[in-house]
Amino acid sequence: MNTDWLAAAKARCASMQHNWDFATIIQNWPVLMVGLKGTVWIFLVTVVIGLSTGLIVGICRYAKNRWIRWPATALVEIFRNTPVLVQIIWFYYAFPILTGIDVNPFLAAVLGISLNTMAFSAEIYRAGIQSIEPGQWEAGKAIGMTYSQTMRRIILPVALRRILPALTNRGIEVFKMSTLASVVAYVETLSKAKLIADLNYNPIEAYTAVAILFFVVLYPIVQLTYVLERTLRKSDA
Amino acid sequence: MPNETVKLAQVYKSFGELEVLKGIDLTVNSGETVVMLGSSGSGKSTLLRCINFMETPTAGHIYLHGDRVGAEKSGKIYYRESELCKLRSKIGMVFQHFNLFPHMTVLQNVMEGQITVLKRGKSESIQKAQAQLERVGLLDKADEYPSRLSGGQKQRVAIARALAMDPEVMLFDEVTSALDPELVGEVLKTMRQLAEDGMTMVIVTHELGFAYHVANRVLFLDDGVILEQGVPHDILKHPKTQRMREFLEGHSLFKLPE
Repeated sequence: MNTDWLAAAKARCASMQHNWDFATIIQNWPVLMVGLKGTVWIFLVTVVIGLSTGLIVGICRYAKNRWIRWPATALVEIFRNTPVLVQIIWFYYAFPILTGIDVNPFLAAVLGISLNTMAFSAEIYRAGIQSIEPGQWEAGKAIGMTYSQTMRRIILPVALRRILPALTNRGIEVFKMSTLASVVAYVETLSKAKLIADLNYNPIEAYTAVAILFFVVLYPIVQLTYVLERTLRKSDA
Repeated sequence: MPNETVKLAQVYKSFGELEVLKGIDLTVNSGETVVMLGSSGSGKSTLLRCINFMETPTAGHIYLHGDRVGAEKSGKIYYRESELCKLRSKIGMVFQHFNLFPHMTVLQNVMEGQITVLKRGKSESIQKAQAQLERVGLLDKADEYPSRLSGGQKQRVAIARALAMDPEVMLFDEVTSALDPELVGEVLKTMRQLAEDGMTMVIVTHELGFAYHVANRVLFLDDGVILEQGVPHDILKHPKTQRMREFLEGHSLFKLPE
């Protein structure tokens, strides 16, 4: 009776079983690596542009002067409330027609992902700045510091420590968002995997390889940021 | 003739509809220790904060060493940020909640203003910072972070941070109110030492004993005006107004029997 059940289960499994074969993936490893290089490159460019412009926009969002605050708010709301995928496609297909400026796949993807990252990180920066006790502003002011000196020397260093986990999250998100660049045929990991899958009829292995590759790259980096957070926390209250 | 350090002339301050200061005239002479008393809401903290423009007065003039702060244009007074920053760098302020910079060591806290505002060199700043920490008795804590200090130690570091700027006058805004009772003494002792060293000080406090023993002059603020002022003994022992008597009674309700 017991063996009957086991045999049936085995049979059911066999009917769905897939014969994993990563041989073609390993053969095409250099192709995947070219893709990974493209992924890392667009990640570096977008994360640097996104997080640095986000800092500026975040500070402007906090400004007392409404002529500084309102445009920053508009930027954040526009790019926070539209999908990145749509932004990339829009910059690739619509923007050149509307402006006559030629946009290559890389630039379209960089614009879409950077602006989205800018919008989300601006809100993280603003929340971090707002979390600092008003007394810190007063202490800076009382020893004669200007607004920008207090911001740079007192407020931001503490705010950045506090928002580091949120910024790390954003960074991971940006790394994964890079796959969206494949939609305008920018050469990165996903587009290379699709190429391999189409040529070798092995989409299951190809896309599994992409998932594993992303995990293997991201996981150690995330562990490193934990170490960094702990180190920074030692000096903070 | 005494050298006047700070002068306030007909200073008014409103927050929206609420008028907090109603025409304050006050002169603080060099080396003088002035203590301001008053119930909460009397305007004493606001008055203190107007002296270094943490709050901008709605009307009136403020002078430091006879120089009027701000430029007057067609009846209205304008203050440039650069002028106010310079003014604040010459006026030390210590707060109720210390407000030390948490990401800096004690030494760096005391160096920060010297380097960023006064543009002093690093070695000079370290020397000055060490000297001021020595003065408040905390040189051995120079490399600690503020989170490792007690409230009383934090407040003494805050005093050292203000002193390192070589201020012409020091403002103390209820600096012992957030401290555990047993830590109040060490901070008051430091302030008393400063007074004896000849530092010009304006102090808002509820410590009547300190006012009695250390102040040269005591002011009593009520509803935005200076109701009484004079030497501590007269003011605290023989108040002229009913308001002041009530205030003093409220403070000594639970005194230990002599």
